[in-house]
Amino acid sequence: MSDNPLRDAIEEAIRENEVILFMKGTPEQPMCGFSSRTAAALQAVGKPFAAVDVLPDPRIRQELSGLSSWPTIPQLFVKGELVGGCDIVTEMFETGELHEALGAEQPAEAPEQPAAAQPSGPQPLGVENRLG
Amino acid sequence: MPTPDELKARIENAIPGAEAVVESPDNVHFSARVRADAFAGKSRIQQHRMVYDAFDEGELGGAVHALQIKTEVP
Repeated sequence: MSDNPLRDAIEEAIRENEVILFMKGTPEQPMCGFSSRTAAALQAVGKPFAAVDVLPDPRIRQELSGLSSWPTIPQLFVKGELVGGCDIVTEMFETGELHEALGAEQPAEAPEQPAAAQPSGPQPLGVENRLG
Repeated sequence: MPTPDELKARIENAIPGAEAVVESPDNVHFSARVRADAFAGKSRIQQHRMVYDAFDEGELGGAVHALQIKTEVP
């Protein structure tokens, strides 16, 4: 543990959630167009993801950008690695790379995934504001 | 207030050989299309970081409220 509990909490959240999106607002109620588009791309892929709203405390954004060296919000992390912001995520969504990165079936190859065949991945998480 | 021309110059100075097309409807929200040989062999994250490096800390999200980036290798 460092003497920076907020940074520790952010690092822990990134470590413990395979797919985690730091955004302005929530997936249900995004507060910025870029966050909204990024969350929508993830929702379209259909894999569960954790979401953290950075708005309640400006220090979340400060610490996050400090540790990721990425200046803007949103930021998507997969398996502990920064994947990118809105531009990269939407570009990856369009090329099918996002499905690949999240371990989801490509939509063109498998338009409908039977519910019974879903792998026992992580359950949907509601991590909103837990860093506050 | 920053202008698209200023941003274009900043990006092209920061990335040698880069060619940037910068547009903005309001001089607050910008979109930049950047082509550079220097992007070859780099991940998207690394390419976008190179563009971000043209800016000072706090500038993105501040004076440049939003910068949409599309990178390309010629």
